[in-house]
Amino acid sequence: MIMTIFRLILLVGLIVCAAATALAKKPMQAVIIYMAFSVIMSVVWIMLESPDLAITEAAVGAGITSLLLFLTLRRLNLIDQDEAHRRHEEILKKKAPTAEQKEEADHAQ
Amino acid sequence: MPNEKNLLRRWLNGQVDWSAMLEQQQTEPPKAAAPYEPHWDAADARRAVRRGQWAYTTLAVASCLLLALFLLLTVANLPPYGSDSAPTVNEVAQRYVEKGTEETGAVNTVAGLILDYRAFDTLGESFVLFTAMCAVTMLMNAPGRRRVRKLDQDIVDYYQDPIIRTVCKMVIPIILLFGIYILLNGHLSPGGGFSGGAIMASALIIYALVWGGERAAKAIPAKTVRIIVLCALGFYACSKTYSFFTGSNHLPSIISTGTPGRILSAGLILPLNVSVGFVVCCTMYSFYMYFRRGDV
Amino acid sequence: MNGMFSHLIENYQACVAVVLFAIGMCMLLFDKNLLKKVIGLDIMDSGTFLLLADRGYITGRSVPIISDGVTDMAHYINPLPAGLVLTGIVVSVSVSALMLGLTIRIYNKYHTLNMDALYLIMSNRRKGGRI
Repeated sequence: MIMTIFRLILLVGLIVCAAATALAKKPMQAVIIYMAFSVIMSVVWIMLESPDLAITEAAVGAGITSLLLFLTLRRLNLIDQDEAHRRHEEILKKKAPTAEQKEEADHAQ
Repeated sequence: MPNEKNLLRRWLNGQVDWSAMLEQQQTEPPKAAAPYEPHWDAADARRAVRRGQWAYTTLAVASCLLLALFLLLTVANLPPYGSDSAPTVNEVAQRYVEKGTEETGAVNTVAGLILDYRAFDTLGESFVLFTAMCAVTMLMNAPGRRRVRKLDQDIVDYYQDPIIRTVCKMVIPIILLFGIYILLNGHLSPGGGFSGGAIMASALIIYALVWGGERAAKAIPAKTVRIIVLCALGFYACSKTYSFFTGSNHLPSIISTGTPGRILSAGLILPLNVSVGFVVCCTMYSFYMYFRRGDV
Repeated sequence: MNGMFSHLIENYQACVAVVLFAIGMCMLLFDKNLLKKVIGLDIMDSGTFLLLADRGYITGRSVPIISDGVTDMAHYINPLPAGLVLTGIVVSVSVSALMLGLTIRIYNKYHTLNMDALYLIMSNRRKGGRI
């Protein structure tokens, strides 16, 4: 009984993830939701008593395919960064934000 | 008209009279310009797109609904979910489960299925992976140090971050070991060539991500990757040829199935798992490097 | 009609697989962005695999790994569809990688990913225009 309810919740989650991927406005949102879809699919394979498929889907679907999609997003310049991520990247590249940007950030807060 | 070559020297020497030239040009009537006829303007384009859009949307909606309807009709006529009297549960599955361990030596029935009873399909699938790697190489290969360095420059240098660096130093060998464990235990427990190879590939990808593309290219050169893939595919083809040859001619083969449950058993399944794992690992790693850098 | 409906409710997992297939096909046909078409193809693949593996499950039986030497078929599920799906998952990732490579090359040449714009540019270039 409980397993049936769990399986129903997983399947509903699958459909919700697929619909959200279809309705996402930006490609980056679609890729991230597709990663979640792959992970839920991996658990569905376990509910169908096939652990081989679960390991392969987790490694290949949620790992490699999503990685390739992210790399494509980078080559197509479609990754949208928010402010915190941009600052973190500047710190990693050892570029201190200019005085103008610091003032902007202070005013925004 | 004065000669063009001497014009500058004569003008510098004050010998050119511009007023005469201007008067000459004013007497000639200007030629009428040819009318400009654009053969594709914006209004035409918009009209064509809108007309085609309407037809396309109607056809697409109709075909989607029709397909979904037919598929649901098929699902309604399928045997009930989880029934054991379905036509798919027949003597084929019975033979695979009952005689599987005895004939192949593998405890994992699915591994024995894909690498012994139906090894030809797995060979075809390895060839699909190899073909995809060749195709991605042809599409994305852009060698040449300037182009490769330009693509590398946009990537954030994760080596500067101390947390990532330290954690990856500890974690990459563990991931590699885990991948090798899953690979070698394909015939005893869930796992096998595909998942083990993908996990080994992710260890190599983390290394290339943190230490940079150039160090990864030095540590895992392109020639090594290609030689490993070719040797693995060749070994799979040759060993399975021997197995098919002895099997179909009812000859005894030197490869014995061994005791089920031990690592060195199940005949050819362990070496075939290893070769499939290597093919998958090298293919996934080269996908990553070609997408990121343009060169392995 | 009533019998058909109750059959559909019984095979709810196969219904979900068909719905996933339909959502993937809608993404493939209706989305203008090339990248979302590729993701739609991936979702179609997942729906097909769910339908295939769903046919191998038998209630009350367990994973097809021989344990304790019991080789009776009444204890294990049907291992055949799982083998088919395993091949399918790896072929799906190969096809995705190839299509993503093609998408990057198209973007490098035409600098757009919108299907309408691509169609206009390509048809214009074929007629000898200047876009």
